[in-house]
Amino acid sequence: MISLQELDTIGEIPQEEYVLKCTSACAGCSDSLALRYVLKAAGPDTVLVVPACCTSVIQGIYPNTAFNIPVYNIAFAAAAACASGMSNAFRATGKKTNVIVYAGDGGTLDIGIQSMSGAFERGTDFLYICYDNEAYGNTGMQRSGATPMGARTTTTPTGKIDAKKDIDAIIAAHNPPYMATAAAAYPQDLFKKVQKALTFRGPSFIHVLAPCPPGWRFSTEKTVEIGKLAVKSGMWILYEREFGKLTINPQSKAAMKRPVPLEEYLAPQGRFKGIDAKTFETLRQHLVKNIKKLSAEEAEE
Amino acid sequence: MSQVRQRLAISKPTEGAAGKTGTWRVFKPVVDKEKCNQCGLCAMYCPDSAIDADLNVDLTFCKGCGICANECPKKAIEMVREEK
Repeated sequence: MISLQELDTIGEIPQEEYVLKCTSACAGCSDSLALRYVLKAAGPDTVLVVPACCTSVIQGIYPNTAFNIPVYNIAFAAAAACASGMSNAFRATGKKTNVIVYAGDGGTLDIGIQSMSGAFERGTDFLYICYDNEAYGNTGMQRSGATPMGARTTTTPTGKIDAKKDIDAIIAAHNPPYMATAAAAYPQDLFKKVQKALTFRGPSFIHVLAPCPPGWRFSTEKTVEIGKLAVKSGMWILYEREFGKLTINPQSKAAMKRPVPLEEYLAPQGRFKGIDAKTFETLRQHLVKNIKKLSAEEAEE
Repeated sequence: MSQVRQRLAISKPTEGAAGKTGTWRVFKPVVDKEKCNQCGLCAMYCPDSAIDADLNVDLTFCKGCGICANECPKKAIEMVREEK
């Protein structure tokens, strides 16, 4: 059953769609699902800067586009640098236009990290959203820095041996006024976080988990279910950090008290098929450690 | 302005910019209006906004992913194989 609280937020979310029917995203894509709510929260006075990623290929066929707001498509490494210039130009002319970088995990954790770090260091007034499908999705699922240990991709056919890069800790080290994690499976939560992030002056960051049916090898209808399992198992923790102060969201607090076994999150995904016991144990220990670290940080303040 | 438009490759927002994606579908969602309690979760979770505010599915664009049927708390949506 749907709770009253959920009904309230559904009412708040505007009906206006900025992602028109229909992008060429795969069926069950959480990138389009997340983008719908990002743009609903940002509203029409927004420019989207998109480096090479799934979002730059799903826009439709020239001279048409499915996105009903201005979009600037740019090279992988340059998204945040471009947004810096754009944001400064808008502010210099007295405009309050939101500048949002919407980048994949490859464009954030690997190739785009230098320009992003630069923009955060300069205190650019913009919002950086990384939607994380844990691999290079639109080129056919090659491993990225965000791929978790044990996941099979086309370039790690026996499972990745290295752990996932902790981009949130790297961002936190830049001390931005606002940063958060979200998941495409919790659209109201994502909507609220984007609205909140845009009220801050200076750089803000949102890291969105975006399960990918063809890449993670599960059937299309399970996109939301798997996103929720990631949160319920503690693999993905929803939190916000405002001026350095950490708040873990209620969904993740509940998951920390009574977590769903990690097996339930991994089993439906083909990319974790045949994961060995040792890797599984390392993943589980990493999860426990991460929960402990965040709970300790929250309790400290 | 029109000259600038011609030189810069600017696309215009259009419905159906990626074609009629409904042709991709293998299974289509069929809503049992008697079981439906109008909660709107299907429309909320639809990645392609193919379900409108009155909870009607736009079959020209619905890609048939089945998230609506999977997330429906009343199990009022059934995925039925398309007949071609």
